[in-house]
Amino acid sequence: MLTLKCPYCGVQADETELHAGGEAHLTRHGPGSSDADFESYLFMRENPKGVHFERWRHVNGCGKWFHAARCTMTLEVFGTYPAQTTEPPKKIRDAITVKRPGWTWRELS
Amino acid sequence: MSDPVLPLGGTQYEGLVDVREAGPQGMIALRGNLADASLQEAVTSLTGLPMPDMRGAQVLGESGVLWMSPDELLLLVPYRQAARVCAQLSEALQGQLALVENVSDMRAMFRLRGTQLRDVLAKLAPVDFARDALPVGELRRTRFAQVAAGVWFSDDTTAQVFCFRSVAEYMFNLLCTAADPDAFVGFHAG
Amino acid sequence: MSTRLTTGGRLVDRSSDIRFTFNGKTFRGHEGDTLASALLANDQMLVGRSFKYHRPRGVVASGAEEPNALMNLGRDNTHEPNQRATTTELFNGLQATSQNHWPSLDYDIGALNGLFGRFLTAGFYYKMFIHPRPFWKHLYEPFIRQSAGLGRAPDPETRDPDTYEHFHAFVDVVVIGGGVAGLQAAKAAADSGAKVLVLEQTAHWGGRAPVDGGSIDGMTPGEWVRKTVEALEGMENVTLRTRSMGAGVYDHGYLLGYERLTDHAPFMKGPRHRLWRIRAKQIVTATGAIERPLSFAGNDIPGVMLASAMRDYLVNYGVVAGQKTVVVTNNDDAYRTAIALKQAGVQVPAVIDARQMGGGALMEQAKSLGIRVETGRAIAKVKGGKRVTGVAICAMAGGGAMLEEIKCDTVAMSGGWSPVVHLWSHCGGKLTWDEEHAFFRPDPERAPTSHDGLPFVTVTGSANGEMDLKSVLEGADRAGKTSGKAAGGKPRRFAPPKGESAEEMPLRPVWLMPENAWDDLRMKSWLDYQNDVKVSDVQLAAREGYESVEHTKRYTTLGMATDQGKLSNINGLATLAASLGEEIPQVGTTTFRPPYTPISMGAIAGEARGEIFQPIRKTPMHAWHEKHGAAWEPVGHWRRPYCYPQQGESKHDAVHREVLATRESLGLLDASTLGKIIVKGPDAGRFLDMLYTNMMSTLKPGRCRYGLMCTENGFLTDDGVVARIDEDTFLCHTTTGGADRIHAHMEEWLQTEWWDWKVYTANVTEQYAQVAVVGPNARNLLEKLGGMDVGKDMLPFMAWADGTLAGFPVRVYRISFSGELSYEIAVPANLGRAFWDRVVEAGKEWNITPYGTEALHVMRAEKGFIMIGDETDGTVIPQDLGLHWAISKKKEDYLGKRAQERSHMADPNRWQLVGLETVDGSVLPDGAYSVAPGRNANGQRNTQGRVTSTYHSPTLGKGIAMGLVHNGPDRMGEIIPFIRDDGETVVEARIVSPVFFDPEGEKQNV
Repeated sequence: MLTLKCPYCGVQADETELHAGGEAHLTRHGPGSSDADFESYLFMRENPKGVHFERWRHVNGCGKWFHAARCTMTLEVFGTYPAQTTEPPKKIRDAITVKRPGWTWRELS
Repeated sequence: MSDPVLPLGGTQYEGLVDVREAGPQGMIALRGNLADASLQEAVTSLTGLPMPDMRGAQVLGESGVLWMSPDELLLLVPYRQAARVCAQLSEALQGQLALVENVSDMRAMFRLRGTQLRDVLAKLAPVDFARDALPVGELRRTRFAQVAAGVWFSDDTTAQVFCFRSVAEYMFNLLCTAADPDAFVGFHAG
Repeated sequence: MSTRLTTGGRLVDRSSDIRFTFNGKTFRGHEGDTLASALLANDQMLVGRSFKYHRPRGVVASGAEEPNALMNLGRDNTHEPNQRATTTELFNGLQATSQNHWPSLDYDIGALNGLFGRFLTAGFYYKMFIHPRPFWKHLYEPFIRQSAGLGRAPDPETRDPDTYEHFHAFVDVVVIGGGVAGLQAAKAAADSGAKVLVLEQTAHWGGRAPVDGGSIDGMTPGEWVRKTVEALEGMENVTLRTRSMGAGVYDHGYLLGYERLTDHAPFMKGPRHRLWRIRAKQIVTATGAIERPLSFAGNDIPGVMLASAMRDYLVNYGVVAGQKTVVVTNNDDAYRTAIALKQAGVQVPAVIDARQMGGGALMEQAKSLGIRVETGRAIAKVKGGKRVTGVAICAMAGGGAMLEEIKCDTVAMSGGWSPVVHLWSHCGGKLTWDEEHAFFRPDPERAPTSHDGLPFVTVTGSANGEMDLKSVLEGADRAGKTSGKAAGGKPRRFAPPKGESAEEMPLRPVWLMPENAWDDLRMKSWLDYQNDVKVSDVQLAAREGYESVEHTKRYTTLGMATDQGKLSNINGLATLAASLGEEIPQVGTTTFRPPYTPISMGAIAGEARGEIFQPIRKTPMHAWHEKHGAAWEPVGHWRRPYCYPQQGESKHDAVHREVLATRESLGLLDASTLGKIIVKGPDAGRFLDMLYTNMMSTLKPGRCRYGLMCTENGFLTDDGVVARIDEDTFLCHTTTGGADRIHAHMEEWLQTEWWDWKVYTANVTEQYAQVAVVGPNARNLLEKLGGMDVGKDMLPFMAWADGTLAGFPVRVYRISFSGELSYEIAVPANLGRAFWDRVVEAGKEWNITPYGTEALHVMRAEKGFIMIGDETDGTVIPQDLGLHWAISKKKEDYLGKRAQERSHMADPNRWQLVGLETVDGSVLPDGAYSVAPGRNANGQRNTQGRVTSTYHSPTLGKGIAMGLVHNGPDRMGEIIPFIRDDGETVVEARIVSPVFFDPEGEKQNV
């Protein structure tokens, strides 16, 4: 059972205080978008063995959504960061590179 | 008009700790930019208490300011004054993005007192209740068994627990069960 | 016979007298006994029957690894099956019965299975019961079900009288195991300043060391243990718990501890078990090692025991399993048993040592005591039925030709030791094969890692393969210091205690005895006692092509019993490896999964039972409903009155009465459970335009609008009335079950997509009690209460106003979910009950009738209003429900809009909402399907629609229903067939408008 540090209130939250929200950094495609774009937005998800970016909500806590970068194999957490961003901050990406040189995720590396 | 009725009518229990339903407690939800000087000025002058730091619980008697999230405070005021303070706060924050709501009736509060307090709480929440991990004056929002709850210590042997009104009875029964006098743990030094 | 000696037994209090029963017979024991030691003290060697062949079985071990001595404990509501006698502490009045036999333990008909042993081989069930197929359902399955299972499940009518609880503990270092390794590790970690918790599964500190001897810092191990425990007890940063098992190690330092508080003393009050949910920075497992049996024919006959267990019974309880014990071994340790027995006055006719060269100092000591030692020898077979009578000795090399028969009543066997690596493995720690000791031990290079990617489990003591006191203590000291440091402490430079024990010669790995045992011997050489798996079964599996240890396990059921193969695992996979001609490490082990030994369901449930099994949400008026006989309906966690049956009234009649009373005069509904969410800010309108399919930004302050909410995949998720409070503020009503979900939905979009929009939300659902006053006399009632103008002009349909009623501060919404003149009145929750009482009182003159959710449903169905969860099921879009009027055409975007443009969603052939009226006036079955001609590819009848809501309408005096029907709205008047639950009977229904009552809305608009 994971613990993740909420970047908003600083609590090292127990998994039972959190709500998992699936893959992070999706781009919303609304009316006017192509079928392919919409399909990718609504249905297509990464399923990596290794580095992954996820959304979590500190539901039994401050109620804020945040992002976590972690390894799906070892459950190592590379960092958590606020949700108000469209891509992982450099600090997080650098932290991953130290631990998992050569990592890739979608177009990120 | 009638007097306000507490969810459980002010019930109590004595066990490993004393559990007492508290209130009525005036509560005002405030969402806004907590770094804003005029907001801080309004909060501190209306409550007479300093702004809390992250997770802080600045409480004195029936007044208090609880840090709920980076953009939310819960102001504690005497129950009868809640509507007036609410109006004053709204007035003071006129023109800036803020939400002020009188939420004095939507929670149940319990005061827990006793030396076994930290052990009793640790039965219900996935939280480190050691003195250094949750010091007096820090609010921890978490879950107690299956419901959302908040808790802070007002001194070493007194804690305030709040939850939503509809689950007041569940919470009271939880606290009583955890405080069963025959269920001593002896983990946190009493 | 097995008996208690006149002296000895360091754990028992000989002055005490404890009575207990086994299979109804009263026995006596002492305080400090386990059930197993007390049974042996009473010459009760036979304790159970095996699972498949019902062979007689005796106690074989002395701890958690015991596969045979499984008991039913207690009776009636405290009855519990499959309890290990070896870990059950004796108490006055304990009641135990043996398992898996009929009619009695001594005479068991199932033992006939043993005669067919040749046929009940590995995979027997798979091979036997596959043909002919119909036999499975009617013959094989009932038979297997009847003979399956171990022990007796508690009577379904009984209720566990005990209580249980959880406890969340956060510590720096948890040490699992309170033997000398665990205690030294704890001491070293605690000296570093770390907060330490030590869990010991038994009631005693010290583990095996006090039994095995040697010296620590010049003291006996027992003295050293006492001194060290005393020191630890004096440290503020240390918590010691006995009767507490480390059950499982999980991610990020999560650990489950299982504390048994009153099992040893059921008369004590308080929780029976406590489940410790621990977060530790570092975990040290000092869980010891388990002795392995040797595989020789008849190694399951009662009287054959692990050598270490026999020593335990002697030293700890003063109990000997027999008077004449042959020791058989492949290592030096078993000589300790021979020596101890001999010194206690038990005859030891011989030690059979499989090693050609024999052992070291311990062997010499045994010889000097006059014990005969035979090296290079093996047991060909054990003789006896329900008790050992002798052993046939043969050469270790060869097939089992008997050299000599030795009379004896007990056999002490030792096949070496297996470190208890379970906890290390639970969270991904890997193992390495130790050639010298022939066991798997933890590979420190491949430790389980935590959230920071660093190792968080250290194994020490014999669990780490350290087999002598000196290296145990040095290793434990190191482990304690390392873990203390990793957890943030500062280790002190104290030297580790000095351990001394007899030097031992290497063991000889022995997986089959004798080396090339003949077929008939291998068929009687047990690997897994509980599941009756023999050497021959594993060999057969290998011959049939099973190569993976995981597959072999499942095929043979090796290690799948309640002991999870603690004794059988290594012997089994060594046998498999030998059969496959591979090395043991290449074959590998099966996966260790938590819990280490079974833990009670009660402990897992913790406090969640009875009244607090789950939270029940109650409105401020709950007590009133209860007092007035409400029949409850769970809605989410809420309890809402379904109806209020009066004396002698059925629920159906009550609903009927409530509907008519409301339609005719005045009804009253507790609507407090409806969600209420404040949405505020300059962008609130824009935000709600995105959330609802409707246009909300054009709503005028003071007015209400019914809205629909979809998820991004287009499906309807919630509905409710939105009131605009002021320019910047809206109040959104949600469904009863929807408040938290919709509030979370709003916050999700605000926080993660439109974080620059100036909007705040607040879920104020529980701030208000909400009362719906419904019916032609609703306005009369409000006017009687007085305080505000609720007239047609001031408060028209779909408007709201703040004011007071009877002195209560209220917000009144003029909205209707019944088609009647209706007001929903919100008052602060603390005043809710008083307001309700006031309304009930004032409404008497109009026969005010409280109604429940069913009347609410009936009335909304009469009006053709949809209900989320009835008309919707997560696959329905608003367009399916004819709600086009609530879908804004002007908006470029809203959540779900793009999805609703997908080809399948825009397909005109979707099932759409219609009303349904049976031709005979009956009520359609809920969920019934309408069949269409033909069958689909699976041979099922084609369908063309289904019922979503169906009721008897008291107002119209007939059955009414709504349903989704293929092209429904274009088929008005058509009669289509629905099928009843029996799958055959047809009910004909006519497609009609879903609005059955007052289609012009004349009643609500007065």
